Amino acid sequence: MKFPRQHALRVLLTALALVAALAFVACGETNDDSDDSSSAQSQEGAANPDAAIKKGIKTVSIPKQLGNPYEEFEHSGIDEALEELGGSNRINGPTDAGASTQIPIINAAVQQKVDAIIIAGNDPNAVAPALKQAAQRGVKVVGMDSDVAPDARSVFVNQVTTQLVGQNQVESIARQIDNKGEIAILSATANATNQNAWIKVMKEELKKPKYKDIKLVKVAYGDDDDQKSFQETQGLLQAYPNLKGIISPTTVGVAAAARYLSTSPQKGKIKLTGLGFPNQMRKFVKDGTVEEFQLWVPKDVGYLAGQAAAALVSGRITGKEGEKFEAGRLGEYTIGANGEIVLGPLTTFNKDNIDEFDF
Amino acid sequence: MQAETATSESAPAAASHVAGRDWRRLLGRWEVLLVGLLVVTAIAGQAISPEFLTADSFTTGSLDLSEIALMALPLAMVIVAAEIDLSVASVLALSSALMAYLWNHGQPVETVIPICLAAGALCGAFNGLLVTRLGLPSLAVTIGTLALFRGLAFVVIGDESVTDFPVTWTDRAFGNFAGTFVPNTIALFAVLAVAFAVLLHATPFGRSVFAIGANEEAAYFSGLRVKRIKLILFTLSGTIAALAGVVITLRNSTGAANVGQGFELTAVTAVLLGGVSIFGGRGTIAGVILALFLLGGIQKGILLSESISSYWIQIVTGALLVGSVLGPNVARRVADARRRLRPIQEEGP
Repeated sequence: MKFPRQHALRVLLTALALVAALAFVACGETNDDSDDSSSAQSQEGAANPDAAIKKGIKTVSIPKQLGNPYEEFEHSGIDEALEELGGSNRINGPTDAGASTQIPIINAAVQQKVDAIIIAGNDPNAVAPALKQAAQRGVKVVGMDSDVAPDARSVFVNQVTTQLVGQNQVESIARQIDNKGEIAILSATANATNQNAWIKVMKEELKKPKYKDIKLVKVAYGDDDDQKSFQETQGLLQAYPNLKGIISPTTVGVAAAARYLSTSPQKGKIKLTGLGFPNQMRKFVKDGTVEEFQLWVPKDVGYLAGQAAAALVSGRITGKEGEKFEAGRLGEYTIGANGEIVLGPLTTFNKDNIDEFDF
Repeated sequence: MQAETATSESAPAAASHVAGRDWRRLLGRWEVLLVGLLVVTAIAGQAISPEFLTADSFTTGSLDLSEIALMALPLAMVIVAAEIDLSVASVLALSSALMAYLWNHGQPVETVIPICLAAGALCGAFNGLLVTRLGLPSLAVTIGTLALFRGLAFVVIGDESVTDFPVTWTDRAFGNFAGTFVPNTIALFAVLAVAFAVLLHATPFGRSVFAIGANEEAAYFSGLRVKRIKLILFTLSGTIAALAGVVITLRNSTGAANVGQGFELTAVTAVLLGGVSIFGGRGTIAGVILALFLLGGIQKGILLSESISSYWIQIVTGALLVGSVLGPNVARRVADARRRLRPIQEEGP
């Protein structure tokens, strides 16, 4: 059989399509790499704490996924910080939280010549090559909420440390039970890394002399499931009639425990604290079931990240341990080991302040 | 599409006339429409951002689309044969998870890659066997294996991600080809694209694929081994999807089970937008390549825009998918209607 002309044409067309498309792109290549040299200088130079904040700073903040109300609240803090400093921030994230979905957005931000990228990483390493390339082009990178590989960002803004969560939660329950009586912990799953780290700190804290009259009787696991947490709370009250307080450092657990207590005769007598969302806990605070609970304020996490980004861009900090900078309404912060900046102790929510928060 | 190969041979006297008709045909081709759309995208993109037509855009934009581009090649052949493979992105994830697992267990990358490709081939063959031996519709089979293979990926590696792949390999996947702005992954794609174009358009195997897609029964009764050819196509699709899994793992230096979610949608869109008929029997690799560039361009334009949310990437991809199924259908109906209006003018074969 002869080689049919039509088929040769199609193969040719394939090659043509490839070549044409490449050529098409190549002729567009004109305005590249023009300002690479200027950007490297602040990278190498020492920090100048008195440097003026650069005018019109442009940043892009990349949440793990669009459409998550918690993250939206967090990133609104970045908007606030940048607006306050005369700059602007744009929030743009992927539509799903896959490991590599943030990469196209990082690349586009670099092309848009933003001054800084603020990112909550879906995967610490998948985004690292793209972020390192961004840094080479003079874009400052701030990690926030969930860290990326340390060598791929200048600083990381952490909402809180493990140590602070453990300490603050014990303080909260001790305050409510006057440093005396039996307490229990209602955790998430038995192998949840963050939960176990917090519980470990709590146990260490409870060894301090001032807490000598507090006795931790049980760590129960509600598996971050509303129904299971509800039943575990019930179980705790039955098994330990002298129970005075419960710490539930999970938003699911603390809400379920509050719901159980609100209908039980011990309402208001057994104290409950934990990590909870104000919107979920509001009615239990108002009806007297819960005196106080804690969490970080997501908007402040974003605000601090925005301030840190501006300080980096302006050369006030470079990301080295010990450097200090002013973070607007939050006051002065110091960069810790590994470029970590900690927002601070947990915020305590009670009936006096809970209506100021909507998240 | 099938008939004209014979006509050009039989009437040498009318050669010039036929050539003239070929040109008209060429102008009316889907590919020409795609080139037009590419130009429109280029102009619109440049209006959105002066950064649109740059080497940078090409490098990062094409890198982002590498895996989808790879998977679209065998998928085009599968769809030409009037079947479909929706499990490709899950095979990609399984390959990535397997790579992570094996690397974690001390296997060198050189042995991990062939194992992943073999696993992909097995996945593809599994699809193929269900379709050809049990006679199940490929749409149902591959929706099932879409969930099955993704689930297996999570069984292999769980929620973890493995990241410490050797830099020489990750650089290969992330870097550009020999000092140009063309990523290595796209160079790999170009080689495979030519190979697939030859396979589909210039070999007896390729012609069999068209014949099966156009009329499976006729193909069977004219002696083509329909089942075997389809099995080969599905196996090929699985293998290349696994290759795409290797590429995405090394390119991001992350092996995880949650990579590439929804890639099958974009890959199918690229194939259909490229003019491959969803009913089989029609399509070119060149069209698919142009469609990939169009999709990449649109994505980049949206990402570079200061005001358009990346939600729109999904919306536009979905709209293009529907549009590329709808477009040719509407065009054919219009053509049919016109033919009925002036019946005598056209000369019969």
